[in-house]
Amino acid sequence: MNITELQAKAREIIADPTLSFHLRRHYLAYLAESVLPYPTISEACAQALDKQIICDLFEGNAPYRARYILPDYSKALAQGSEFLELEPPADLDDALNFLLIMYTQVPSITGFPVYLGDLDALLLPFIDGISADHLYRSLRRFWIALDRILPDAFVHTNIGPTDNLVARTILQLERELQQVVPNVTLKVDPDLTPDDLIEDAVETVFVNGKPHFVNHPLMTRDLGERYGVVSCYNSLKVGGGSHTLVRLNLKEVALQHQGDLGTFLTDTLPVYAELTAELIEARIRFLVEDAGFFDHDFLATEGLIDIENFSAMYGIYGLAECVNLLMDMQGRNGRYGHDTEANEMAYRITSTIADLVASRPMPYTQGNGGRCFLHSQSGIDTDIEVSAGTRIPIGDEPTMFEHINAVAPHHDLFAAGVSDIFHVEDTAKRNPQAMVDIIRGAFKSGMRDFTFNLATNGFIRITGYLVRKSDVETFQACGSRYGSATFGAGSVKNSHVEDRNVKRVGIRERRPTRASQ
Amino acid sequence: MNVDRRGHLNKYLPFSLVDGPGNRFVLFLQGCNFDCVVCHNPYTIDECNGCNICVDLCPDSALTLGTSTKPDVNHFACTDCDICIEVCPIDSTPLSSYVTVGDMLDKIRPTAPFLSGITVSGGEATLQPEFIRDLFAAIKNDPDLNHLTTLVDSNGSAAPAVWDMLAPVMDGAMIDLKALDADTHLRMTAQANGSVLASIRYLAGLDLLHEVRLLIAPGLNDSIETASKTADWLRTIDESLTLKIIGFRKNGTRPVASHIVEPDAEMLTGIANTYRAAGFSDVLII
Repeated sequence: MNITELQAKAREIIADPTLSFHLRRHYLAYLAESVLPYPTISEACAQALDKQIICDLFEGNAPYRARYILPDYSKALAQGSEFLELEPPADLDDALNFLLIMYTQVPSITGFPVYLGDLDALLLPFIDGISADHLYRSLRRFWIALDRILPDAFVHTNIGPTDNLVARTILQLERELQQVVPNVTLKVDPDLTPDDLIEDAVETVFVNGKPHFVNHPLMTRDLGERYGVVSCYNSLKVGGGSHTLVRLNLKEVALQHQGDLGTFLTDTLPVYAELTAELIEARIRFLVEDAGFFDHDFLATEGLIDIENFSAMYGIYGLAECVNLLMDMQGRNGRYGHDTEANEMAYRITSTIADLVASRPMPYTQGNGGRCFLHSQSGIDTDIEVSAGTRIPIGDEPTMFEHINAVAPHHDLFAAGVSDIFHVEDTAKRNPQAMVDIIRGAFKSGMRDFTFNLATNGFIRITGYLVRKSDVETFQACGSRYGSATFGAGSVKNSHVEDRNVKRVGIRERRPTRASQ
Repeated sequence: MNVDRRGHLNKYLPFSLVDGPGNRFVLFLQGCNFDCVVCHNPYTIDECNGCNICVDLCPDSALTLGTSTKPDVNHFACTDCDICIEVCPIDSTPLSSYVTVGDMLDKIRPTAPFLSGITVSGGEATLQPEFIRDLFAAIKNDPDLNHLTTLVDSNGSAAPAVWDMLAPVMDGAMIDLKALDADTHLRMTAQANGSVLASIRYLAGLDLLHEVRLLIAPGLNDSIETASKTADWLRTIDESLTLKIIGFRKNGTRPVASHIVEPDAEMLTGIANTYRAAGFSDVLII
């Protein structure tokens, strides 16, 4: 890009009436980063990136902060912060004030914190002697502040798996306030989480499309007790996070292939899997060795994050199209999600990728034993005719039971998250216990993440984050207070998110900024 | 208990959110002894008589002249277009099938972790009481399935002997009461309602009356006076009954129902409030 082009792009951002001041600044920063050279990669890797066989999710040319960061907020609350000049909080209101201040200083790819902590566990030590009314009023003020100060739907908190007054109050506030922020996940443990709490959460989904539900025992098996679900469907270690997220477009890999499934698995796939790993390694090395993020950031210097808890996310998407293309090449009619042979092929592909990732050493990933975390990536708004992660294509989903059976076997492999969204009939509202039954069944069948939404409420779930339907509709005309509504508007346009009949909504994660287009 | 017992099945759904509490596996049995004006699945009423009119009209060639009384179905070719049902000169379908209790157990087993229970509906389920009894008994005797509750969704026409047969293995019955008034009932269903009223009382006595369902069809049974009289009668049974007020829906009905309009929310609320005022606390509008 020459200086004239750069100036033109900068002017375009500066004068874009759909962008708020903060988004203009965010995009201008990205534009500045894009004039730096990309981290050193091989010619083959650069070509794969250029052809969008591999996608770096437009994270930028010169990574200067980790993509997803999960600060150890409990440690911060216990020790205070020298950088923030804050003493350890003594009561509930001090604690909420402390957290709100700290959130403004937590970096991420979006510029907003993607993890707010497990807020029930963090606040329970402060509610002894506090009345339910005091808790409600303080949390309500805090909840409104989160939405207004951090207007990005990837800002995410977790509650559960145990039942407690803070979690209940949060669900109540979610129903009352119906905000986009924060995104919420309920951790579900079949032995610890009562039906009654899950049902309360289900009733909350009926109102505003949150929370997500995650299989707590499966998460702790892969990540340990101290994990968090952040952004959308990204499960990582607390006190750690993910340096980067690079994703492999399996549809494009299939289009590069000639031959049968056997040679796809032994020849074609490993080549692109390694190019993906190469890109991840180059980005990690730049972040850690050149940008020195872990040497400078106060989260690291105060011990609130530790590079030993970090890894990187190795994403895949377009599995459905990949399988269907390979089936076509073999003269078979079966489709992913509907046909046993196609589904078996899909499991062979994901387990092969899992093996390749598990055998590829990666620097600075001690958070996962020196390897990347596998992630089924939920898409971004520019994806066209390629399905998110391991999802069944929008509009082609089978019945819910078949759908769960088809996708559940993949969930075991994706420690860093996998998303399948089920769109349910409005009649579910009169029978919330039915959704509790289905969630429990889904986790017994090995699902890791479970998200459902109703067709009729006022939110559209795009990838795991929500946007208000009204925000999407008015975005083109006047912009939105939420940065994520920009991504949502692109998603609805490009992926038929609204066509999704009764089972799901869609998927996208980050939109490339205008600077890259 | 006989796992080889055969039943005539219209279809089953592995997941249903609307056929009782929680998520349920539902079997719709073929055949009904009522002929309700408001029926929204009339193809479940009659047994196929083998006229084979549908065979040539199937656009997917999924039907062939059968070896039994009804056409054979190629389920791989069938696209669920329902043209066979539309052209059927009686109220039936070539798509029903004869299944054994064992067949259904094989279908239920993988869904069991997702379920609160099983509901047998129809058609009129109680026309095949031995099949229901053997299915429910098998569920109750299976350690992987005995957490499931067993419910029957019925028009209430069955005799006490049928309920006695099911009682040991059935957790409850959901009974439709179309009309308390004998003439209205006859007009709505082509059958008298004596057996329905008797079933409601009998099941309540056995503590097996899960709920009473009151379908509201404007012009037929929608007056507040009707609701008031029905409430008076139901109060003689049990004031703690669960009542479901169900608005008539045109979807799936025959031309005979074309003059009936769907009730609005206001009408249903008025009726529900009449039952609430009469002392029923558990009244839900569907």
